[in-house]
Amino acid sequence: MSSENDFLYILPELTLIIGALVALLIAGFKGKKSVGFVANFGLGLMVLAAIISFFLPAEVVRVFNGLVINDSYSIYMKILTLFGAAATLLMIKNFLQSRKLDQPEFIVLLIFATVGMMFMISANNLLTLYLGIELQSLSLYILAAFNRSSTKATESGLKYFILGALSSGMLLFGMSYIYGFTGSTSFDLIAQNLSENGSSMGVIFGLTLMSAGLMFKISAVPFHMWTPDVYEGAPTPVTAFFATAPKVAAMAMIIRVLYSPFIDISADWQQIVVFVAIASMVLGGFAGIAQNNIKRLMAYSSIAHMGYALVGLAAFSEAGTSVKAVILYMSVYLITTLGVFACILAMKRSGDSFEKISDLAGMWRNHPIIAISLTIFMFSLTGMPPFAGFFAKFYVFSAAVNEGLWLLAVVGVLASVVGAYYYLRIIKVIYFDESKEPFDKMAIELKIVLGFATIFTLIFTFFPSTLLELAQNAAQSLN
Amino acid sequence: MQVELGHYLVLAGALFTIGIFGIFLNRKNVIIILMSVELILLAVNINFVAFSAYGNDMFGQIFALFILTVAAAEAAIGLAILVVFFRSKGSINVEDINSMKG
Repeated sequence: MSSENDFLYILPELTLIIGALVALLIAGFKGKKSVGFVANFGLGLMVLAAIISFFLPAEVVRVFNGLVINDSYSIYMKILTLFGAAATLLMIKNFLQSRKLDQPEFIVLLIFATVGMMFMISANNLLTLYLGIELQSLSLYILAAFNRSSTKATESGLKYFILGALSSGMLLFGMSYIYGFTGSTSFDLIAQNLSENGSSMGVIFGLTLMSAGLMFKISAVPFHMWTPDVYEGAPTPVTAFFATAPKVAAMAMIIRVLYSPFIDISADWQQIVVFVAIASMVLGGFAGIAQNNIKRLMAYSSIAHMGYALVGLAAFSEAGTSVKAVILYMSVYLITTLGVFACILAMKRSGDSFEKISDLAGMWRNHPIIAISLTIFMFSLTGMPPFAGFFAKFYVFSAAVNEGLWLLAVVGVLASVVGAYYYLRIIKVIYFDESKEPFDKMAIELKIVLGFATIFTLIFTFFPSTLLELAQNAAQSLN
Repeated sequence: MQVELGHYLVLAGALFTIGIFGIFLNRKNVIIILMSVELILLAVNINFVAFSAYGNDMFGQIFALFILTVAAAEAAIGLAILVVFFRSKGSINVEDINSMKG
């Protein structure tokens, strides 16, 4: 294959990289006052990249000597990630001023993090995977500590950096063993070697260390320690970003790694995934109960949700129903979380932000529409029918039951009952607690995202097949 | 004595373990944590180069070069975050990184 053709398949990434460099130049010449323009420019780039991804041929193609792969799975996940990143950028661009984040470099870093995520999704070699992860993580470390005058923000950046570097180290150590014992870093050659020779002690050792590094990126227990602190300490716009696009990309990467090179030794990684899924669901359910800060609560909520998504991943099946369930789960999680963060970003009184759950008191009287939307999201996160979250959980648990993993399904349902306590408590505060002062008027960008997320969560019941078919197509291209 | 692949793996494993313990047992200074992270990455490099040399495959050495580059970027960012943290907190003791709990 000619090399000009290769570039076609990374056109979305190239668009973002070149655009980010242009944005950096604009930022260098115009300084702080260009932040509004750069934000709109970044938003345009992401939409453009998503459109290009959409029109890429949906066939399985390996480019750059097999370093990067293009299939309908990577296209679906890239569009989902870009959607999450663009929606967050839309929500936060008016908030940068008040949070001392009003520097155009913020947007540039956000774009580079998105490029890293896209390479994570389409990696077909351990090297590409590692570089994608690092490009994403290094940008996110800086974003977490971007508000330099805040002790909390810099502390969260430092914690994220130390634990992130440790996880990269474990990931790399695992990769080196896999390279040594299979003789290659290419996913295809690793898969070929493992199907011929089976697994060995060295491969299992490497796979375990590598899974530890990967599980850190989706903040699954026992690698979740950073999540609550980083979510609480980082500025709210950054937290909104952390909770959405990077989680989807990291989960997409885990699916690719486990289902592409290591598909023939699924018995070896299945136990790891089962353990991590159970631990995440239980810890996410119980630890969220005692929280007063809504950002911290969302951190535990995201830990629990990653556990539910991993249930689907553990239910390994040849037909791809489990991958379909996980893809659907991540899509619903992304959109619901975007909606919740639109509400959290709207918690402002005369310009100051509030993040205590008790600050939501009386929202029903002051802002009935936001209150209803937030109620819908909370029910959806709990997994209450007829909202989208119910179907996401339904497919994940039925995939587990079909594969005979009863324990996972039972623990999952019980943990979501425990988790219901803290979601329902928010609803109680909104409707029944003594009213506080009203919040500021909601920005139009927040209204757009909130409206979209609400409508999606509500009407998913009536049109589940559209998204399911897309997820099915994406899942099948992995096999 | 002939130096075999196993010797390199033991060396890398020992360095990796020292690095991990350096991160978790150290109660003093964040700089020591950064040094431990570097140690872990160097252990990985030894592994890659040893596997590459004994497996007659160049890719491991290329991988090691990429790791070196990324490690440099990582150290730069880590030190920058550390400086910013020191400015607002006035200390880089591990025990002082405690404003959030729960």
